[in-house]
Amino acid sequence: MEPTFLLAAIAKPDLITFAAAALMVIGGAFGVIASRNPVHSALSLVLTMFGIAVLFIEQDAQFLAAVQVIVYAGAIVVLFLFVIMLLGVDRQEIFGRESLRAQRPLAAAAGVIALGEVLLLARTTWATGAHAANGPVGNSYDNVQRIAAEVFSTYLLPFEATAVLLVIAVLAAVYLARRVVTANAEEEGSKMVEGKAVDR
Amino acid sequence: MGQDPLFLGHISIGVIVIVLVKVLVAFAALMVAVMLMIWFERKLISDMQNRIGPNRAGPWGLLQTLADGIKLFFKEDLIPEKADRFAFKLAPYLVLVPALVAFTIVPVGGVVHIFGHTVQLQVADPPIGILLLLAMSSISVYGTMLAGWSSGSKYPLLGSVRASAQMVSYEAAMGLSVAAVVLITGSLSTRAIVTSQAGAFFHIFPKWNIIRLGVVPFLIFLVAATAELNRPPFDLTEAEQELVGGYVTEYSSIRFALFFLSEFMNAITMSAVIVTLFLGGPDGPNLGGPSFIWPILWFLIKTGALLFFYVWVRAALPRLRYDQLMDLGWKLLIPGALAWLLVVAAMQVSRIYGLVLFVVFAAAGAVLYRAIIIGRETGSESEVITTFRKLPAAEPIRPEGD
Repeated sequence: MEPTFLLAAIAKPDLITFAAAALMVIGGAFGVIASRNPVHSALSLVLTMFGIAVLFIEQDAQFLAAVQVIVYAGAIVVLFLFVIMLLGVDRQEIFGRESLRAQRPLAAAAGVIALGEVLLLARTTWATGAHAANGPVGNSYDNVQRIAAEVFSTYLLPFEATAVLLVIAVLAAVYLARRVVTANAEEEGSKMVEGKAVDR
Repeated sequence: MGQDPLFLGHISIGVIVIVLVKVLVAFAALMVAVMLMIWFERKLISDMQNRIGPNRAGPWGLLQTLADGIKLFFKEDLIPEKADRFAFKLAPYLVLVPALVAFTIVPVGGVVHIFGHTVQLQVADPPIGILLLLAMSSISVYGTMLAGWSSGSKYPLLGSVRASAQMVSYEAAMGLSVAAVVLITGSLSTRAIVTSQAGAFFHIFPKWNIIRLGVVPFLIFLVAATAELNRPPFDLTEAEQELVGGYVTEYSSIRFALFFLSEFMNAITMSAVIVTLFLGGPDGPNLGGPSFIWPILWFLIKTGALLFFYVWVRAALPRLRYDQLMDLGWKLLIPGALAWLLVVAAMQVSRIYGLVLFVVFAAAGAVLYRAIIIGRETGSESEVITTFRKLPAAEPIRPEGD
């Protein structure tokens, strides 16, 4: 019994991997909107990211899968969690009163439009279902080199533009987060000293 | 899928059995290695501190870890009242699983032939290879972070914030020094990294990456890996004097054991990865006997030496302060790794470019260093220092008879 099942799984690895990964993605996405606790939502988002990485591997795009995990799961959601934990909004959210009145109908409409778009694209030549352009086995011209060649030749300008954008974002963040030492802060400092003195 | 010769032909039951055996052997070996590592660390530390160390369970206290493990198993498993139960239970596994997975990419030996199959002595050789290590170490941040947060208590939270900030910042330096290795190898696969290090310069010096890249990326990786492991002198996350026990404070019983298991497992995996990346992996002279045994022995010897180094550092160095830790990571290791990576890249183009770039970076670094010193002496001081300066000076202690 078991060997035949195993062999069936080997014969159709793509289908089974896809089903498992798709379940992870959808389950995670559902968890993001369904959990009341923001930290649990962030964790569900990680599950979704993982599912997408598995889908990438199933399509032979191993490098993208690694980057997906390192960048999205490993850096971006970690930052989300940092913000959630440090701002102390990690308690249950109060529902009922929404700041944007039209948020829910608009979200539903956007969801329907996105779904229609995906269905439309799936019928055209954009979604080929073919695996990633991978060199033959043993050839050194693999996934990573292929992507590198594309990024540094065809898509050089967008690549550099993105880099500039990120630098600008970092500079802006540093500027906004920088605390300027003013007379006010000096006063606070002296107050602190007084407090210490009183303590003694 | 990958370049693994095992999967090239028809995938039969035999191949599946071989893969399963590889996984089981790696798992068992890792568990035993952790057990021995904990004993080794305790024994060595006690030798260095002029103590005896564990000596009751088994010969030379060898079974002490096993005894501790059994004891932890049977202890009461407590979950604090304010804990987030789901995350609290999830966190130990989020630390343990990456520690197990990361070891799979390490080549522990050469290539053997079993029943007509060519088998590489490593659990997996994925095309993304070493990126898997970075991915796994970024996943294990979650375990640390959630463990502290979900305990619903302040010291664990502080410990976990420290830990995750530390891990995230040192990952960049680690990645950059890995990039230098990947650059000179031309492949991400760990097997390719190891095979490219075989051979010797002038028949004497091994062609290991530590020599080929200059020692700098090795040192940067070593420091960054130590910080990534939260091992001393970077163990601020569980600084007993400040934070009780860090993010594991509220954990007890088997969950606590899982944290410690994965911590030591990570130390072993990191040593093995350093051996793979910089010390030639299983590369070494064959001194007679069956040919497949020597690569494994060399690998074990090198990994053991690194583990000894980790324990030695723990006994010898005091813990860093938090700002020193961040300064070291962001102001020294990351720029250093980046500059060295660019020099290595220029060396690939031509030696002259590389030397010119090296001189330019050395000069720029020296100017920057001088500028920082001058800035410290003349310019406005940082807020913390000014606050300290304004505190009333402590009254001088007068001798009694005065």
